Parts: sequence; structure tokens; C-alpha cells
Amino acid sequence: MDLILVNLIDGLVTGLLLFMLSAGLTLIFSMMGVLNFAHASFYMLGAYFAYQVSLFLGFWMGLLVAPVIVGILGAGVERYGLRRVHQYGHVPELIFTFGLALLIEEVVQFIWGKDQMPYAVPEILQFTAFSIAGNSIPAYKIFMIFISVAIFITLLYVLTRTRVGMIIQAALSYPRTVEALGHNVPLVFMGVFGVGTALAGVAGVIAGPVLATFPGMAVVLGSIVFVTIVIGGLGSLWGALVASLLIGWITTFAKSYNVRMEDILTGLGVQKPVDMSESLIRDLWTITSPQIADILPYLLMVLILVFRPYGLFGKRDA
Amino acid sequence: MTATSAPRPPALEISGLQKSFGKAQIIRGVDLSIGAGERHAIIGPNGAGKSTLFNLITGRFPPSAGAVRLHGQEINGRAPFQINRMGLSRSFQITNIFPRMTVFENVRCSLLWSQGYRYSFWNMVNRSRDLTAGADEILEQINLTARRDLPAGVLSYAEQRALEIGITIAGGANVIMLDEPTAGMSHSETDYIVDLIRKVTENKTLIMVEHDMGVVFGLADRISVLVYGEIIATGHPEEVRSNPKVQEAYLGAALEAEH
Amino acid sequence: MTTQSLTRPPLVTLSGALPWVIATLFLLAMPQIFTSNSALTIMNQMAITIVFALAYNMLLGQGGMLSFGHAVYMGMGGFMCVHVMNYVEDYSLPIPLPVLPVFGGLFGMGVALIVGSFSTRKAGTVFAMISLGVGELIAACSVIVVAFFGGEEGVSGDRTYGLPVFGTEFLHQIEIYYLTVFWLVLSALLMYLFSRTPIGRMANAVRDNPERAEFLGYSARWVRFYSFVASGFFAGIAGGLFAINYEILTEENLNLATSGSILLVTFLGGVGFFFGPIIGAIVFTLLQTVLSLQTEIWQLYLGILFLATVMYFPGGLAGVLMMHALPIRLGKAGLLVVPYLRTLLPAALCILGLAGALEILFHIRHAALGDSEMTLFWVTFDSHAPLPLIAAIVAVAVGFWLARRSAPELAEAWHKANTPDGGAA
Repeated sequence: MDLILVNLIDGLVTGLLLFMLSAGLTLIFSMMGVLNFAHASFYMLGAYFAYQVSLFLGFWMGLLVAPVIVGILGAGVERYGLRRVHQYGHVPELIFTFGLALLIEEVVQFIWGKDQMPYAVPEILQFTAFSIAGNSIPAYKIFMIFISVAIFITLLYVLTRTRVGMIIQAALSYPRTVEALGHNVPLVFMGVFGVGTALAGVAGVIAGPVLATFPGMAVVLGSIVFVTIVIGGLGSLWGALVASLLIGWITTFAKSYNVRMEDILTGLGVQKPVDMSESLIRDLWTITSPQIADILPYLLMVLILVFRPYGLFGKRDA
Repeated sequence: MTATSAPRPPALEISGLQKSFGKAQIIRGVDLSIGAGERHAIIGPNGAGKSTLFNLITGRFPPSAGAVRLHGQEINGRAPFQINRMGLSRSFQITNIFPRMTVFENVRCSLLWSQGYRYSFWNMVNRSRDLTAGADEILEQINLTARRDLPAGVLSYAEQRALEIGITIAGGANVIMLDEPTAGMSHSETDYIVDLIRKVTENKTLIMVEHDMGVVFGLADRISVLVYGEIIATGHPEEVRSNPKVQEAYLGAALEAEH
Repeated sequence: MTTQSLTRPPLVTLSGALPWVIATLFLLAMPQIFTSNSALTIMNQMAITIVFALAYNMLLGQGGMLSFGHAVYMGMGGFMCVHVMNYVEDYSLPIPLPVLPVFGGLFGMGVALIVGSFSTRKAGTVFAMISLGVGELIAACSVIVVAFFGGEEGVSGDRTYGLPVFGTEFLHQIEIYYLTVFWLVLSALLMYLFSRTPIGRMANAVRDNPERAEFLGYSARWVRFYSFVASGFFAGIAGGLFAINYEILTEENLNLATSGSILLVTFLGGVGFFFGPIIGAIVFTLLQTVLSLQTEIWQLYLGILFLATVMYFPGGLAGVLMMHALPIRLGKAGLLVVPYLRTLLPAALCILGLAGALEILFHIRHAALGDSEMTLFWVTFDSHAPLPLIAAIVAVAVGFWLARRSAPELAEAWHKANTPDGGAA
């Protein structure tokens, strides 16, 4: 029971972190119909910028400044890159963002090198918040949950309760009409792209100290973020939330409970062969859940796409 | 020609067809029977559901209720490509061609299935005499031989409309549906397209949606008037013209203007 | 139907066969010009990349399907080939090495058959996402399913396993080269012919306008499916050639990085023309092998080049080349030579200056402590001194200014060269 609680918290942290990325990605998608392959790269930039700022001004300034820089960069990418490629169609757009992801990784290596940065949790948060049956929960995790939830609520508020949010929502479905009403839709697009990437930047700032700040961090998370919004349904904010949490919990639980395929198969009444050294499916018997924890999201995505191509909450398919 | 003495089922028969999008009912129970070889026009004010009716017949959307029969065979719920293979072909209101391919290739692609090439990967398309000759014949019919090797995207609007019709008839379908073939054309262009339609749909069943009353009355054997998702009148041009319901609902003003 | 007494067009025409004959002769002559073993290695790698890139372009260029996981089909074909290689060795089966790629092709096709059955329902973004997911899934499986993928260290074989074929034992690079070239020409020819078949033509139609294709009797999904399966087959052939060349396959052959680089190769070369991926594969392999010896940050240059291609030359290198077809046909290509020189030479100076500046900055930041000496463009200097950096920046500025100044002239010449005499274009 206690272990379940600890895992719930861990999964929540992972899930909310994923959500900060997938929320921006899914917003950008529903607005412009383009999946930003470089989204996780902005997350990485967030971590690196925050690290650089924290060297001079401390962690908190980093948390404040880095996402803003990332957002401005993102808006610039939309304005001078994507908008240009847009005329060629969606596939070139996707290829563009793919190339951008490669380039950002190279630029990061150019500036900061290949090694991990000593970006650490600020001292003020280096204590144990509370313990559950001997498992200590660090305060930083609680801080991460707090930040993510605060951002989600702000986002929800802005989208549903403010004028800007109304315009964005309208521009999602009827860009032409909104433009005809005198709103600057390209500017709205640029803004959404900027805010979406800034959100990824925030995620990078707070994840950098715990998940390590290194040039591969975008690749590690990149595909998973994609998987998340595909599972949730392209363009659905609620879908992104549910899918993020789902993936967070599934991977956390799979890692902490050592479920062996052998037990499942024997439980199903399958007889274990005596000599398996030559059997092609010998690996099936030795699989354990921590081993496959990281591929479960992909498995889930393929299943979802086969049986429910619109994702959990998706309305339209692109 | 295949002359059979037994009574043939109508080329297209629609019964009780309905379609709703959400709560809005766009087609409210349409019944229509179109005989083989007939030229039938569907007219009606904007938003009457003409294009939706076309889309229901051709399998673009599934109907909410009712049935569509092509030569007596039920086709509703089938995919567009299945319906096409049963001998029904359509054009689009907004020009819908393959802009990056040449004019010739556009037509050749529309010949492939009907000439039995299916998904074959062992034939070379340019080695088939029938394909090349067939496509050139169609080009001759739609007067685009001079444009044969240009990318379709660079043709003029009227030429693209002609190509659209060429693609539609190339497969040899015996039921042809044209969605506003003369939309956006000048007078002379319209005359040209009308002649073209008359020529290429000879001995075929033609169903068209059209706004230009001159075209409709010049071409159609029978006319159906669709208003708010219902057919309020069907009949020969003169019957429809004199039908008080039609005059009241829609035609009056338009006819005054035309004649 | 019409009863014209035309003869069937001949299967082979001179103008159609000529490029193929020249290319084949060229490939056969290459080892006489570049005799070193390292050159052979590079050429082998090029040939394999060409086959893979052409297979990839069956999807991207001809079918309009963007895949982020195509390495899987090449990798699976390769793994299968290594297993066949080992199996043949263990049981001394009479299967000669040269036919091995067929097994790779069939296995790649089999995998494509399964994945394609659900992934080709939609094109565009959905297809791209499924390909990514499946690719990551299989790449991740490779560390778990040890029996087939060999875990971390992969699987390896020995290509000299069997009986000699006509006295050839495949001990030498040169023999492998001719084997690879044989398969390269054969698969390229087959892929080219595929694009001329009904299904190949309809793949283009579906790419451009899937809805219209459906109203012509073709199911867009099945057209995509058949293209996908065919592409899987040729990717598997490339995998088989890889297995023969390197005798080892690992997780690296399946992962996203490999899938991404084939996208890069293909797009760089140009997706709009059949020969585009061939150019892409040659240029990319050269960059990879030559540039990587010269500089540590070659991938940065590659990234910039790729992004610039996507933004400014979506037709890739082949597109740029084919832009000149009209001026050449009009006999006006000569008009372009001088303006080209006057614009591109300064532009080259600008780019070299930029590269120099990047190299110096990189050296300042990442060289070992106390190491401030570097060599660039055959000049050795102190990277921490201001002069070299200033020189580089001046080169950038001057090059840019000069190129900018002659750009209007080039534009005008371009317009002239594309306008036929005595009439508007």
C-alpha cells in the first residue's frame, strides 16, 4: 500500500512533466496542423539556458529567464522558419522540425560539449518533504508537482476564461473567420508557438537537475512526448493530460514491480519448455516488466492506433 | 448496345435517403428514380443539399438512413472506389485533378482500373497500346490534345474543368455525375462545356447539379428540384417550369431572369 | 475497343537504356580509378545507401508517406541475412552468398506486410507517427529479444562461409564491391520500373490527391500499402548488402538515428526525381567520410545544410540541377556562367569564413586546457589570438556583401535564360 503511494507520486511527477511538453505540442498541432518534432529540443534548451543563467544569478532567476528566452526563440522559429516552409505542405513542415531537432542538438554540443552539466537542485529544496514507510519523498518532487499543476491551471484559465483564450480557441477551428474579424492570426500562431515552446522550456528547467542536463535529453523524451499526444488524441488538451499521467504511472509501476513474463505465462497455464536454449521464443519467458517499461508507451500507441486511430480523446484525424 | 427485352432496373434509384450532421438534418428523405440513358438535372437554391446528395450517392459520406441502388444493386455504405468500380463516376464542384501530373497522365490514371490493370506491378503503363490510345482518344474528345504533356496545374480554368470531365468519363462508367460543371465560366466557355458534356455522355446516364438554368433546360430530359433537403418536384422541364410549387419556392425569379 | 494496328512500344529503347548502361560501366570502372581499400569501403557504403535511399523515396517521394522508422526494414533484412549466413554455415546448405540479399528483401517485405496492414490507412502525420512508434518499438525490442537481435552486441556472421562461387570466395573488398554493384543496379532498375507500372503511377496520384484517386476506382489505402511493401522489400535488400559488407548488425541499424539519416539523405538529394536519392546518398557519404576526418563539428554543418535545403530548396540537389533543364534546352545556359561565378564565389568565401569562425570558437571552447594551437585551411595559428577570428569575420562580411551585390544580376540572368526568344515564357 505504501509502495503504491510512493509510485503514485513518482508517476505523477513523470506524468506532469510529460504533460508540460505534450500540452504545448498538442496546442501547436491543433492550431497549425504541424507536429513539432523539435519540441523536446526546446525542453533541452530550457535546461541548458537555466543552467547557464543559474551560474550567475542562481536557480530561481534561471526558472524565470530561461523559459522566456526559449519562448522567444520558438516564436522566431515559427516566424522565420515554419511560416516559410508552410507553403510546401505538412510533410515538409514535419521534415523541417525534424531537421531543427538535429540542428539544436548539434548547436548544444557546439556550445556546451557532450558532457553532462553539473546543474543541480537548489539547496533550499534539498530536503525530504515527508516519508512514507521509510521511502523519503524529496521536496523537489513536490515542487515539480506544484509548478506543473500551477501551469496547467493557468493554461486552462487563459484558454477558457480570457479574451486571448477565446481568440485562440476560435482560431483553432476557424482561422479564416477569425482573420476576417480583424485579428492577426499569424501573430496568434506565432504567440501560441512561442508559449508552447516556453512551456517546454519550463519543463526543461525543472527537469534538468533531476533527469540530467546532457545533449541526449531531447532524444530521450522526444519520441515519448509524441507518443503521448498520439495516444491522447492529436489536438486534445485533456487527452494529453490523461495520456501523460497514464504513461507516467504505467512506466513507474512497471519499473518498480518486477512482474515476470514467466509467472504470467505459467499463470495462464502455459507449460514452460524444459530446454529453451534453442527456442526462438526463449526471450519471451525471461522478459520482466522493468525491462520493457520504456517500450510500453510505444506498444500502447501502436495498439491505440490500430484499434482507435483517433486516440483516446481525439475528434479528428489529421 | 445491349438491348434486353426484360424491364431493366433504373440506373439509379434513391429511396428514403436521409443525412444529418449532428442535429442538423440536411437531406430529409429523398426519393428519386433515374432511368438508364436519362439526362437528369438537380437544381435548387443554395444550401438545399445538392452537393450533400451527390456525396451520399457517391460514397463520400455514409447516409443516416435510406438506400441508394445502382442498376438495382444497393451501394450505400460502400467506399467511393467500390462504387466507382460498379460503373458510377463523378466530377467535383471545385476542380479536383492531379495538378503535378501531365494532362495525359491524368487521363491515363483514370483509365487504369477500368482497363483491368488494378494494382499490377508487372505491366509498364507506357507499353500498353490500349492505355495510350485510350487516353489520347479522350484527350481528343475534350480538345486537350495540344496540352497533352503539360502539367495539369498550369492549364486555364476552363481547360481544367474540361479535364475534370475527361477524368470522370475516362473510366467508361455508364452513370456520370457532374457537380456544377459550368460554375465560374464565361458564356462562351459554358457553351463549349455544354457541347462537350452532350458529346461525351451520349448513351450514358447523366446526373448533374447546375445553377445555370440555360444549361439545365438545354441539356436535361428531366429535372428535380431540391429545397431544404426534400425534392419538391420532378418532371420534364416544362412540367417543372410550370409547377406552382417550384415557382413559389425557387424558380420564379430565376426563370424571369433567364428567359 | 479500338482496333489500331500499332505495334507495341519496344521494351528497351536506346535513350531509355543509355543512362543505365553508362552508370553500370561507370560503376564497373570505379575500382580501376580508386584502387585503395578505403575507397572501396566508401563506395560500398555509398552503394548500400543508394539502394536504401531509393527504397525510402518510393515512400516519401512517390507515395507521399513520411516515415521516421524505415531503418527497421533495412535492419530486419540485415539481421535475417546474418542468421541465414550462420545457418547456411552450420548446416552447409548450398546457398551461395550472392543470393543472400533476396532473403533480406523477403524478410523486410514480410515485416512491411505486417506493419503496413495498419499503418497505411492514413498518409501524412498519422502515418509518420505510426512509423516512429513502430520503429522505436522494434529498436527497443532488439535489446530484449536476444535470440534474434543478439542483445547489446548484435549478431555477426562470416561471409566466407560457403563454397566459392565461380572461384570467388569473397575474401577481398573488390569482390564484395562487384557483388554490391550488381545488386545496386538490379534493384535501382527494378525500382525505376516499378514507378512506371500502374501501381507506381497510382502511388503518385494518391500522393497528390487521394480523394480523386478513390473516385477513379483505386483504394488509396491499398495503393499506399503496396508501395509500402515494395519499399520494405528493397530496404531489406539494402540490409542484406549491409550484412554482407559489415558482417555484423546491431541495434544501431534499427534506431531512430538511422531512420532519420536516410530521410536526410533522401531529402538532400531531392524527392521529386528518381535520381535524387542517388545524388543524396553520394553527397552524404562523401560528407560523412571526408568531412568527418577534417572537423569534429561536421554534423553541425550537415544540420545547417539540411535545414537550408528544406527551407530554400525543397526540391533538393536534384531539384536544383533540374531547374537548369530549361535554360539548357533553350541553349541559354551560357548566360548564367558569369553571374554564377560572381555570386557563388563570394558566397563560398562567406561560407568558408563562417565555417572558420565556428571552428575557431569551437576550438576555444572545447580544446584541452593550454592547447591553443590549431590548423585550419592549412594554416596553423593560435586560436585564442584575435586576428584569426577577425579574419574569418571579415571574410564572412566581404563575401556576403559581394554576393549580395551581384544577386540582382544573377536573378536577371536567370530570368533571361528561362525566357524563350521572341515570346513570353
